[in-house]
Amino acid sequence: MTVLNPLKPSERMKIPRQHSIEQPASDRVQGFTEVSFGVDEERAMIEATRCLECKNAVCVEGCPVGIDIRSFIQLILQKDYAGAVNKIREANYLPAICGRVCPQEEQCEAVCTLGKKHMPVAIGKLERFVADYEMEHNLFTPPVITERRDQKVAIVGSGPAGLTCAAELAKMGYRVTVFEALHAVGGVLRYGIPEFRLPRKILDLETDRIRGLGVEIQTNFLVGRTATIDEFFEEWGFSAVFLGTGAGTPNFMGIPGESLPGVYSANEFLTRVNLMKANKFPNFDTPIRMGSNVAVIGGGNTAMDAVRTAKRLGAERAILVYRRSRQEMPARQEEIHHAEEEGIELMLLTNPTRILGNENHTVTGMECQRMELGEPDESGRRKPVAVKGSEFVIPVQIVIEAVGQQPNPIIQATTPGLKTGKRGVVETNEKQGTSRPGVFAGGDLARGGATVILAMRDGKQAAVAIHEYIQSKVQDEGNKAIVSTGAEVVGT
Amino acid sequence: MFPIISKEILAPTISKFVIHAPLVGKKRKAGNFVIIRVIENGERIPLTIVDSNLAEGTITLIVQAIGKTTKLLCSMNAGDSILDVVGPLGNPTPIENHGSVACVGGGVGTAEMYPITKALKGAGNRVFSIIGGRSRDLVILEEEMRSCSDEVFITTDDGSYGQKGIVTDPLRQLLMNSQSGIKAVYAIGPLPMMKAVSNLTREFGVHTLVSLNAIMVDGTGMCGGCRVTIDGKMKFACVDGPEFDGHQVDFDELILRNKSYLDFERMANEQLLKETASSHEVAP
Ligand SMILES: Cc1cc2nc3c(=O)[nH]c(=O)nc-3n(C[C@H](O)[C@H](O)[C@H](O)COP(=O)(O)OP(=O)(O)OC[C@H]3O[C@@H](n4cnc5c(N)ncnc54)[C@H](O)[C@@H]3O)c2cc1C
Ligand SMILES: Cc1cc2nc3c(=O)[nH]c(=O)nc-3n(C[C@H](O)[C@H](O)[C@H](O)COP(=O)(O)OP(=O)(O)OC[C@H]3O[C@@H](n4cnc5c(N)ncnc54)[C@H](O)[C@@H]3O)c2cc1C
Ligand code: SF4
Ligand code: SF4
Ligand code: FES
Repeated sequence: MTVLNPLKPSERMKIPRQHSIEQPASDRVQGFTEVSFGVDEERAMIEATRCLECKNAVCVEGCPVGIDIRSFIQLILQKDYAGAVNKIREANYLPAICGRVCPQEEQCEAVCTLGKKHMPVAIGKLERFVADYEMEHNLFTPPVITERRDQKVAIVGSGPAGLTCAAELAKMGYRVTVFEALHAVGGVLRYGIPEFRLPRKILDLETDRIRGLGVEIQTNFLVGRTATIDEFFEEWGFSAVFLGTGAGTPNFMGIPGESLPGVYSANEFLTRVNLMKANKFPNFDTPIRMGSNVAVIGGGNTAMDAVRTAKRLGAERAILVYRRSRQEMPARQEEIHHAEEEGIELMLLTNPTRILGNENHTVTGMECQRMELGEPDESGRRKPVAVKGSEFVIPVQIVIEAVGQQPNPIIQATTPGLKTGKRGVVETNEKQGTSRPGVFAGGDLARGGATVILAMRDGKQAAVAIHEYIQSKVQDEGNKAIVSTGAEVVGT
Repeated sequence: MFPIISKEILAPTISKFVIHAPLVGKKRKAGNFVIIRVIENGERIPLTIVDSNLAEGTITLIVQAIGKTTKLLCSMNAGDSILDVVGPLGNPTPIENHGSVACVGGGVGTAEMYPITKALKGAGNRVFSIIGGRSRDLVILEEEMRSCSDEVFITTDDGSYGQKGIVTDPLRQLLMNSQSGIKAVYAIGPLPMMKAVSNLTREFGVHTLVSLNAIMVDGTGMCGGCRVTIDGKMKFACVDGPEFDGHQVDFDELILRNKSYLDFERMANEQLLKETASSHEVAP
């Protein structure tokens, strides 16, 4: 089997890790085209050659959805790219998305054997390569659905958790409907993550493929208001429900000046641009305020996307203000690196205390304090402490807050008996079941803010649990039917 | 797609639309609204659900043409379709029998007031309604309001109809008159009007509910653009409201926030005018 790769392990280890081809920073900040072009066929082949094809492929355990990484890399070596992407698709129905936004450096690549002494195999880049190759060469073949089942399942929310759950259930033959509150599909993939990291063409294509499995997607439907979960069971005839409504409600810092026009949550800022195309105003009707100096508060992926978007909207100074140091930043290293290349200023160990406005009530600046790192807190990260008397003002016209999000409360408030924990996070067991029988949940709604791949993992896990749940009910009803007809026979 | 079943022009700038949206119609209660997007490049804007018809599967919207989106909508007719309608959104108005209530509607706010007035009457209240408009043209739904009120007062700024003055004039009379026994006031209209009503009722210690027309994007609690300050605390108008205790609302802040996009709105308006002028194929 390993004859495909004639190199000895020691030789493989000598090959340097292949890098993506990237658009120069000065070009890419002019617009929203994708930053990275990924790896080409030649580099992909070299990269695949680096894989040690470990007997104990630990990388697979590192992947939350359990992609058979070793096998798909072997298929690349055979130049069977369509086979490789189909291998990935067995475990994850959205390969082109994962290859782009999955924090692989913390997952599969973190445990890759090659990574112990050398750089790990660039698994994410290979994933993206085969997915893109398939797309460019029109090689996609939809999976064959062998069995059709009568039961209907409702999926609430069309983010990665919901879409994955829908795809898995549809492949098992269930009748699946996804309900989405917005007018467009994808959740954070649509309104949060910008085009320059995840082109809409790819998102559209992946969602079309999910529709291609027979999944119906109903947009403009806010579950809890347009119809409730109870109604789904009682009136709509659904056998089970999966909740994947995410953690979309933005937090604010609670500092003075936050209500001034010109202060945005990152969600609003990104939604105006990504979903509503405010960057194309007046050809699109939704406006967005901009300024020459923009400050974004936070250190996660959301903050990074907001600040890089502000740069692309023409900010001369786009500043990221974060209260801890670089090591503590939750954003992906790759994104921090890209941001710096694009001229984003990182203002670290800095905490905003006040947003200042003028007599026209427009933002003129943000007062901040310098911070020092003190003792580690519960999260194990060193806690930032304010330096007395260190206040200073950054001149800015726009302030964007990316300081965390929590689950939207509508579903919880309209679904009696659905147990929630801290900050409205829905409680789930190891099979994604909630306190309500037949109701399953996953993704950010159950985690309070995590990653695309963990949302997909939950969606997949829930699909398996929903299948078990429905089948056990079918069996119960079958048994009851036998008992009751038996009784009737006796009675007559 | 949500087809427009019928359209009626209530005033030169105000139109009434009956729209096919059966799911929304089935669930809506007084006080709920929808978010609509008229066309692909369009903005998402909130509009109150004025009425619904279960048998026909329709909802009624009453729209005042003030900017690009509302003008575009008001240029549409029966047979046209609206791209997106989502709802019912927001919390329904708490309806109870207070004994005696005053319902105050200003301008197109009367349309938003009407379903609430109807529900309050249905709950057994004695209802005093006050309809205000800048001029005779802008006094709308008089018949409908009369059908669910015990007494109706009409004011116009220019005196072209009803009593000359503003809605707070008859309201003050009512509050001062112990016979009317008003226990609660519901007010919907322009922000300065709701502010004036709230200031007045505060003097009398009468509970007052107002509906805040903050700028919205999603209407589901996801963006925080609709944030308002209520009793010193931040609330999202779309999910925590849209109705709040008028005595606790920071009106000045909201008036300011609603001016966030004035320049853009002007530009969009000019663009619409240009498009209309340069094209003969604009929606009739
Ligand atoms: C700006 C930003 C950048 C990010 N970057 C990355 C990254 O690079 N890599 C990574 O791994 N993670 C990233 N994340 C995190 C990741 O996007 C989330 O963890 C993931 O999207 C969660 O998926 P989900 O399916 O649980 O929910 P979401 O993606 O939040 O989707 C939930 C969907 O449900 C809909 N909804 C909500 N309530 C209702 C209702 N009542 N009825 C109907 N529909 C409803 C919402 O409109 C939304 O479409 C980022 C997050 C943000 C905000
Ligand atoms: C809960 C609620 C219910 C409403 N019900 C009605 C109704 O029944 N009938 C009616 O005619 N109007 C209603 N409105 C107001 C209506 O939404 C605005 O008139 C409309 O958005 C204006 O858009 P435009 O593009 O035509 O005008 P623009 O020129 O864009 O705006 C004019 C003014 O409208 C406000 N506005 C602009 N964009 C938005 C937005 N996205 N969301 C909210 N306000 C905005 C701003 O104050 C702005 O200055 C309601 C508003 C809210 C919040
Ligand atoms: S989905 Fe993520 S964790 Fe899994 S193999 Fe791909 S990049 Fe690695
Ligand atoms: S652990 Fe690394 S080297 Fe080993 S099979 Fe997986 S990707 Fe290849
Ligand atoms: S409109 Fe976005 S949170 Fe209310």
